[in-house]
Amino acid sequence: MKCMGQKCSFHLVLLLAVLVLTAVPLSSQQTPSSAATPTTAASPSTPENSKAINDKLAQLDKDVKAAQSAGDNAWMLTSAALVLMMTGPGLALFYGGLVRRKNTLAIMMQSFALMGIITVLWALVGYSLCFGGNGLVIGGFEHAFLRGVGAEPNPDYAGTIPQATFMVYQLMFAIITPALITGATAERMKFSGTVVFLTLWFLVVYAPLAHMVWGKGGLLNAVGGKFPCLDFAGGTVVHISSGVSALVCALYLGKRTGYPKQPMPPHSLVLSFIGACLLWVGWFGFNAGSALAAGSLATSAFVATHFAAAAAALGWSAAEWLKNGRASALGAISGAVAGLVAITPASGFVGPMPALAIGLIAGVVCYLMVTKVKAVFGYDDALDAFGVHGAGGTIGALLTGIFAQQVINPIFGADKPVGGLDGHWSQVGNQLVGVLIAWGFALVGTIVLLKITDLITDVRVTEEQEVQGLDVTQHGEEAYNLEA
Amino acid sequence: MMKLEAIIQPSRFESVKDALREIGIEGMTVTEVRGHGRQKGHTEVYRGREYTVDLLPKMKLEMVLPDALVSRVVDTILKTAKTGKIGDGKIFLSRVEEAIRIRNDERGENAL
Repeated sequence: MKCMGQKCSFHLVLLLAVLVLTAVPLSSQQTPSSAATPTTAASPSTPENSKAINDKLAQLDKDVKAAQSAGDNAWMLTSAALVLMMTGPGLALFYGGLVRRKNTLAIMMQSFALMGIITVLWALVGYSLCFGGNGLVIGGFEHAFLRGVGAEPNPDYAGTIPQATFMVYQLMFAIITPALITGATAERMKFSGTVVFLTLWFLVVYAPLAHMVWGKGGLLNAVGGKFPCLDFAGGTVVHISSGVSALVCALYLGKRTGYPKQPMPPHSLVLSFIGACLLWVGWFGFNAGSALAAGSLATSAFVATHFAAAAAALGWSAAEWLKNGRASALGAISGAVAGLVAITPASGFVGPMPALAIGLIAGVVCYLMVTKVKAVFGYDDALDAFGVHGAGGTIGALLTGIFAQQVINPIFGADKPVGGLDGHWSQVGNQLVGVLIAWGFALVGTIVLLKITDLITDVRVTEEQEVQGLDVTQHGEEAYNLEA
Repeated sequence: MMKLEAIIQPSRFESVKDALREIGIEGMTVTEVRGHGRQKGHTEVYRGREYTVDLLPKMKLEMVLPDALVSRVVDTILKTAKTGKIGDGKIFLSRVEEAIRIRNDERGENAL
């Protein structure tokens, strides 16, 4: 038959495909598979047969566990990366754009420095202090130098992933929490003072709070704690602690030179916008990753996180539109961040509709905190670390007590009520205990540590250095050499 | 020789530049400046804090011209830079004592 180009080639390919497809089942019948059951005609009651079946079941069991572990570990490592991204460059850009040009590098450097410092401290002793032992207030030293932290899961915390994954995931939280405080001290805190203070703060304020809320035996642990506190991803541990400490720092350092008369608008909202969006995406690792597994709870937390961010952005923007007649970009992104803060403790305990409500409330309340309350009291919380994280974290923690439901996360046991929507209103009381302890720790710890830091190295720069700018005086650099 | 300084609206700059090129003016120095005369600024709000911005962006053109060209250049700029609204800007003329071309040491109107 003469070949007629395309039509002919098509028919040839079709013929080949048919031949290949019929050949495959034929060939597989000829190669024995590795886990084949014996093909002898032995009856099921022989011991060899039972052992083979049990072996096979044991192997299947291992394989299933390995598969689950692989899924969970993949998600958790991804989440750890997302949370680190929240600090660098998320927070660095968000804060960087909000300060004046002459202080851009300084605020970014503070976040970056913590990425280095906290990592080393965590490896040496931090992880152990937070998650070792079973103390009421602080952990122990059994995992110092990460002894015993490797591929084996730690069933107390995350039974399907290597403990090293859990360790490195939690590390990213420990990095970003002190970084948040730099928002209140921006444009006037010495770099050496920042480094000393935040290092001490991590050890003295963060570690105990992390242990109390998340550590085995912790006073506020949702599972088995004396005052079981619902804090899925760190509303108390991360946001209240850093936000309240930020307020104390702002008051201790005093106002920036020229504040509030001299205009100090953000030098680049473009940077802040990029940072805020990176924070939003990164927050999926922060909240959904706190499920410590890749199952439906992670999905639930992911959804709640996203919904709260959206509702809060709209809430802040709506409040602004009503007040000023216009919605600003800064307001919208600030609103989203406020919503993300508030949903942090609630993310793995509340449904999607309550998440919208929590976001909306946080957006409006934080807007008022930042525009009204700050002006009334006159403190210079330069980048609103207290107004967004302190206030948002407090609101979120209390709202968690109201909106938590056992149908979302039966944290207290099957069919046990969790929050207000389940009728368990006393949970709000427990949330309040957690909030007060976090406030107390942050307040007292920060004052003491600031005083100590001031003895070691001044915390505030001189007025001359402040006017010249921190980039040049603290780091010998300029953020932008656009004429170069 | 006269120095002509013109402060104009940034939005009119391209038209002014093209019109000047058409009448044979090829040399000028341009800077982005901020300032105001009687034109009011605007208010910006960042997280509830209000800032009045009364330094407005403008374009400053500077050129040194032979006396013969001055009135033609002034007319051209007036025609193309005018919008009729407050904030259009101003033209200043001042006498120049000497002009020297760096490349070949030429002096006077030949250096322009």
